[in-house]
Amino acid sequence: MSNAPVDNGRRRFLTAATSVVGGVGVVGVAVPFIGSWNPSARAKAAGAPVEVNVGKIEPGQLVRAEWRGKPVYVVRRTEKIVADLGNHEAQLRDPNSEEPQQPEYAKNAHRSINPEIMVALGVCTHLGCAPTHHKGDFEQHVAGVTDGFFCPCHGSKFDMAGRVFSGVPAPTNLMVPEHSFPKADTLLIGVAPGEA
Amino acid sequence: MNNFLAWIEQRLPVMEAMNKHVVQYPAPKNFNFWYFFGSLAMLVLVNQILTGIWLTMNYEPSGDGAFASIEYIMRDVDYGWLLRYMHSTGASAFFVVVYLHMFRGLMYGSYQKPRELLWIFGMLIFLVLMAEAFMGYLLPWGNMSYWGAQVIISLFGAIPVVGEDLATWIKGDYVISGATLNRFFALHVIALPLVLVILVFLHILALHEVGSNNPEGTSIKKPKGSVKPEEISKFKYHKQYSEKYDIVDAIPFHPYYTVKDIMGVAGFLILFCWVMFFAPEGGGYFLEAPNFTPANGLKTPEHIAPVWYFGPFYTILRVIPDKLIGMIMMFAAIGVLFALPWFDRGTVKSVRYRSKWHLLNLTQFAICFIVLGILGTMPASDTANLIGVIASFGYFGFFVAIWFYSKNENTKPVPERIIK
Amino acid sequence: MKKLLITLLAMVPVLAFAAGPSIPLDSANNDLADKESLKRGFKSYINYCLGCHELQYQRYNRTFADLGISDEEGAAEWMYTGEKVGDHIKNTMPAKEAAKWFGAAPPDLTLEARFRSPDWIYTYLRSFYVDEARPFGVNNKVFKDVGMPHVLQNLQGIRTMDENGVLSPASGGTMTEQEYDAFVRDLTNFLEYVGEPNKLERKNLGKWVIGFLFILFILSYFLKKEYWRDVH
Repeated sequence: MSNAPVDNGRRRFLTAATSVVGGVGVVGVAVPFIGSWNPSARAKAAGAPVEVNVGKIEPGQLVRAEWRGKPVYVVRRTEKIVADLGNHEAQLRDPNSEEPQQPEYAKNAHRSINPEIMVALGVCTHLGCAPTHHKGDFEQHVAGVTDGFFCPCHGSKFDMAGRVFSGVPAPTNLMVPEHSFPKADTLLIGVAPGEA
Repeated sequence: MNNFLAWIEQRLPVMEAMNKHVVQYPAPKNFNFWYFFGSLAMLVLVNQILTGIWLTMNYEPSGDGAFASIEYIMRDVDYGWLLRYMHSTGASAFFVVVYLHMFRGLMYGSYQKPRELLWIFGMLIFLVLMAEAFMGYLLPWGNMSYWGAQVIISLFGAIPVVGEDLATWIKGDYVISGATLNRFFALHVIALPLVLVILVFLHILALHEVGSNNPEGTSIKKPKGSVKPEEISKFKYHKQYSEKYDIVDAIPFHPYYTVKDIMGVAGFLILFCWVMFFAPEGGGYFLEAPNFTPANGLKTPEHIAPVWYFGPFYTILRVIPDKLIGMIMMFAAIGVLFALPWFDRGTVKSVRYRSKWHLLNLTQFAICFIVLGILGTMPASDTANLIGVIASFGYFGFFVAIWFYSKNENTKPVPERIIK
Repeated sequence: MKKLLITLLAMVPVLAFAAGPSIPLDSANNDLADKESLKRGFKSYINYCLGCHELQYQRYNRTFADLGISDEEGAAEWMYTGEKVGDHIKNTMPAKEAAKWFGAAPPDLTLEARFRSPDWIYTYLRSFYVDEARPFGVNNKVFKDVGMPHVLQNLQGIRTMDENGVLSPASGGTMTEQEYDAFVRDLTNFLEYVGEPNKLERKNLGKWVIGFLFILFILSYFLKKEYWRDVH
């Protein structure tokens, strides 16, 4: 494409060097344009960890908290519910929480830090509807299971650890957010245990 | 790969266009410093469009939210401050390079036949640019934004019969309000940039049709067969040029002017970044201090000054005691520039070969323009008014004088060829 | 033509002096890089100013981060009214009531240093004097008939103005003049910081960018020279 009659090493070197430095410049200019798409300080402030006082939740009750614009379900499970979790594992798609839908410290039978307190995003893993909590009347959806979540949009079903039942559209268990208990009755959503 | 390129070329002649306008475009070999500003204006235009698009992502065009959203961009958005300063500094830089680009045209007679239409497209760009800048300046919704717009829009009230209604119609309210802000926003981010880009495209097409002028004001395109073969430029040019003319003293735009313009861009960016990073307020001329308080319809800033680039035209408006005549003269100051190719009846283009009178006239015009600009940013006073009247006469006098002396001007012989 | 260009450039400084303040201002000589000064200024702001003047565009945690205060320390020691660290620095004064009390609502001061300049703030806070004609018994040399009382009076003491416009102390405050000036300088420093929290970052980045551009300029200069050997 060049219309220049002479072509020598010096010219090739300078062309290459200027192109490389100019290329670095273009990348540098791209940084603010790309960087500005990160969550802003406002978004971060709105997405700050949320505190929930779990001391006031009655056994069996569900409390909704809002964290980063999404509903977080916090349930105080009764001893019976915790004990029942092991009884229907054969009907679950991922009973041992193999999929990374929870932090490492919540990869256990009850998918939480405190067996009594269930914490999960109230967002169906199918298409993002909010599953309904069925307290004591879940048997209409799954025989032999008293409590659970039923998603009204496409009929996905989850147990009281947020684990999905087989044969429904939702592919994975409900997401368990990072959470911790800085004080006994204070649940902090969005911060892992031991983090500031 | 070559097959693919050939496939494209048959359907859309991209390489053909590249050759015609860049690689095999004959440009005079003697472009000097003043010829950087065209490519720099393009650079600033691209900067304004890109940073502008990114600013709209976080800007809120409403009377309640605009001012706070600017501070949101400045503080909360990652690199938002940088994007905003690139845009605000770019606005002033645009006028710096455009004014120098226009002055280049004046010095070397680049508006003369056959480049009248090229000049008119350029003037239209200038006009749209001023509208673009004026509307953009309202968007931060600072107190100077507000009162600056108030002053300029109320000018339309001076038009007989329809004036007041027209001013209200432009504002969409009885005062400058969120409605005004919203329509200015729409025009600033969509309508005017679109017009601007189209005009720039036409400006360049018109330029490449008639060819670039140069500091000598001579033509590099000689009639076919009039030049000895060994004197014809040794480079390869597109047949559109070389089949019609014998091309002399030219070089292909690429690579010679591309590498030169890259150098110009780097040099310009040093100055631009120096202002942007170390003095983004431009000493209070690029970002005016009263604009750091929100728009307040009840509290006028002590001294309402337009941004510096409107200074010359604002002064012409201000020194005339009659509102309507002042407005007419302000628009006339831009209008006479449009008509310059017909005010100048000379045939010699470059100031280098024109009369002493022309050099004097051009110099006084430049000085008057700068003086008018300085006065426009200063508070009004009797002395300032007097100087402003004199400078206004100098401004318009340039056009009157050129009309008279250019007919039978005592010019120097213009060399046939570009020697240096 | 070069002469013309030089003449034109020579006129630029005239422009720079075109506008100036009418009352001479004292130089604040504050240092944005001095974090201890900024912290002292922030503390003073919270104690003396925030009750009336908000910083509604600035967030607590941003300020903490820039001043080297951790969020926990900030929440415990710098915030009193139970906001979250991500909140803006606001107060609970009702604007309408305030307008009644002071004649005008106390302005937000986030951008005061950019609107007025740091030197103006520094001079203003040191220019109150006794004027019984005013509602709060004080007036100000750089802001005539200001609606604001001299909230720092017990620190600075009372000052009077003679017929030549010179201020002199009538009774001392809890601070010496030097201490008070340092106090105001810290406050000014903090307000300059709040006006543009990125200022230091901006200048720092600027050095790198301009250094880079010099390299690009030098390279492109030699590239241009190399190519243009064909032309000359």
